[in-house]
Amino acid sequence: MGKTFINGIGCVSAQDTVNGFPSEFIIDPSTNYLEIVKPDYKDYFSPIASRRMAKGVKNGIVASTVAMKEAGNESPDAIITGTGMGCIEDSDKFLKAIIDNKEEFLTPTSFIQSTHNTVASTIAINLGCKAYNFTYVNGAVSFESALYDAKLQLDADEAHSVLIGGVEEMTEYTKSLFKLAGFIKPDDSGPHNILEADTKATVFSEGATFFMLEDERKDSTYAEILDVEIVNKLTPEEAAEHAEAFIRRNNLTLHEIDAVVLGYNGDSEFDGYFKAVAKNFDFAPQMYYKHVSGEYNTASAFGLYVGANILKSQQIPSDLKANDESRPAYRNMLLYNQYRGLDHSFTLISV
Amino acid sequence: MNKGVAITGMGIISAIGNNVEENFHALTSGQKGISPTDNIDTVHKGEIKFGEIKKTNAELIVELGLPPDNNFSRTALLGTLAAKQAVENAGISDVNSYRTGLVNSTSVGGMDTTENHYYEYFEKPETVKYIAAHDGGDVSQKIAEELGLQGFVTTISTACSSAANAIMLGARMIKAGKLDRVIVGGTDALAKFTINGFKTLMILTDSYNTPFDNDRKGLNLGEAAAFLVLESDAVVEKEGKKVLARVIGYANANDAYHQTASSENGEGATLAMKKAFEVAGISPEEIDYINMHGTATPNNDLSEGRAVLRVYEGKNVPDFSSTKAFTGHTLAAAAAIEAVYSVLAIQNGVVFPNLNFKTRMNEFDLLPQTEIKHKNIDKVLSNSFGFGGNCSTVIFSKD
Repeated sequence: MGKTFINGIGCVSAQDTVNGFPSEFIIDPSTNYLEIVKPDYKDYFSPIASRRMAKGVKNGIVASTVAMKEAGNESPDAIITGTGMGCIEDSDKFLKAIIDNKEEFLTPTSFIQSTHNTVASTIAINLGCKAYNFTYVNGAVSFESALYDAKLQLDADEAHSVLIGGVEEMTEYTKSLFKLAGFIKPDDSGPHNILEADTKATVFSEGATFFMLEDERKDSTYAEILDVEIVNKLTPEEAAEHAEAFIRRNNLTLHEIDAVVLGYNGDSEFDGYFKAVAKNFDFAPQMYYKHVSGEYNTASAFGLYVGANILKSQQIPSDLKANDESRPAYRNMLLYNQYRGLDHSFTLISV
Repeated sequence: MNKGVAITGMGIISAIGNNVEENFHALTSGQKGISPTDNIDTVHKGEIKFGEIKKTNAELIVELGLPPDNNFSRTALLGTLAAKQAVENAGISDVNSYRTGLVNSTSVGGMDTTENHYYEYFEKPETVKYIAAHDGGDVSQKIAEELGLQGFVTTISTACSSAANAIMLGARMIKAGKLDRVIVGGTDALAKFTINGFKTLMILTDSYNTPFDNDRKGLNLGEAAAFLVLESDAVVEKEGKKVLARVIGYANANDAYHQTASSENGEGATLAMKKAFEVAGISPEEIDYINMHGTATPNNDLSEGRAVLRVYEGKNVPDFSSTKAFTGHTLAAAAAIEAVYSVLAIQNGVVFPNLNFKTRMNEFDLLPQTEIKHKNIDKVLSNSFGFGGNCSTVIFSKD
């Protein structure tokens, strides 16, 4: 059975992550929306191309380019992306035009680019890559679905390298709808405590994180993906039991887990899930990341980016620590995420 | 030949019927489901026809027994109906009695509710519930919830090849021993978003679509949902399940040519078919019927036809037809309804007619099967292609 190694990562986020894993993080508890640190797009696109593309597509291309470059591989055997909301900049644009102009005088550009698989197919066109090309759109497990699919292919030796990524973009209108629906915390309601949440809803953001997965360990290897599991719906107690069973199924004991990365997002309504899972690992160093990345459907890809970097550097940045535990060495790591009680993912990685 | 993965149940709702039997009856009696829209308030009402399901959302809600305060999009309503049929057809009483997953697919998701309430959300509090119903994942969560399914749930969105890819992932998961049972398929409702999108691309016909005809003018947009239940051989054996047919081959390839247009020579489609034969472990000559993507756009039918000719170079092209003239192009659901049709073709030994065909295309010598044809069918190949150069092939076989 083939193995799965993370051999390259590219990340566009609310932190300065394009140029490597940050040593310091920007933390702003006062805001309900974290703006991304924009990459220098001119390093990647002509100004004309740049104007034509929505930011999700641009960020996806930047992140995937960085990931492939780092792994020294520009011809993956598969390209798989995940995006919960898809290309909402273009779909908002097209929908507004339909409504505002009463279905007249429309042009196809934004419709064409509103398709969920725009990022994956743009990467394929740019690379001339005729391989397998999938896009998953299942809320908070959109990225893990891509990871799951990639691992299925690497396990079965159907592929030797798979480019995967999670991409999410936000628009002003969708942001206003998410506030109305109670998904984003109200304006001016901070400071927000992401770890010890006392209010409902979350602090949002957007981003793109890509990974080049290969079946061979090499100099650029960050970590090995041991397993990933997706469950649509659980109670907090079931989530905790699931995490344990997941680890045991991988022939590990709970105490062999050296660190846990949890998707705490500051939503008091659903925080119980992370607390329930965390409880069984009170002996292990625990980390959180959505106070630096914000919440979005593929924020868990940022979580994997954090986890992989910690395994590589063997150091946990103090900004990301959720407890005071530490270990002399970090070997096995569990990542757990959910969003609003749905789309639970368990990921196990190792050095 | 690869033994493949067993199909033990199917469910469908489309413009030509509310269940498998009604769809089969329409296909074999030549009744197309293309009509002016009754349910959508679009300014293009008078000029274009659709593969519309005539049930209203209110009727679907009653049929599904949903509470009045539900926030189901039409895509979720159609998907739930078809998925429930599939599970019932497979004789499953406890959906969680085995490791069961759901691999759904959709291209519009809850766009039909979003476009109706887009500017109302701030004025009408009763519409706010639909904000959460916009994304594709919400559709799948609702279907899973209605089935009482707890387990692996995901959604694929690769435009018009989506459901083929859902079938493919499901079959691979069964093969890998990750699941014992998986419900796979897709759902898409008509929406002004896609109607206007395809209209701006100028690939909608003002009449009835005519796949593989020289004078074809484009597609009729349709809506549908369909699901298959795939089960492992262990479950089939243990439960003494009747196997309807098997998924023996599948592949996805990318044209890597253009966001919306297919390449002239059908490169991606050719690759998908060739890889699917490899996975199935069969030669192209073993196919008895090809259910073409055949959207009746000038670009698709030319590209797909060329791809089929490349795959069958020096060999006879099997009987083929597109069923889009019956149903319209149902986007993400297309490969799911056509999977049901492929199984029906195998079960009943029938090639469904390619309606509305008059004139052979200038570019090549391909003639679709225009009349219903009865013969033994062991293997069916089904093509589906989507935006982003997404090309998928699934091969079905008699058990």
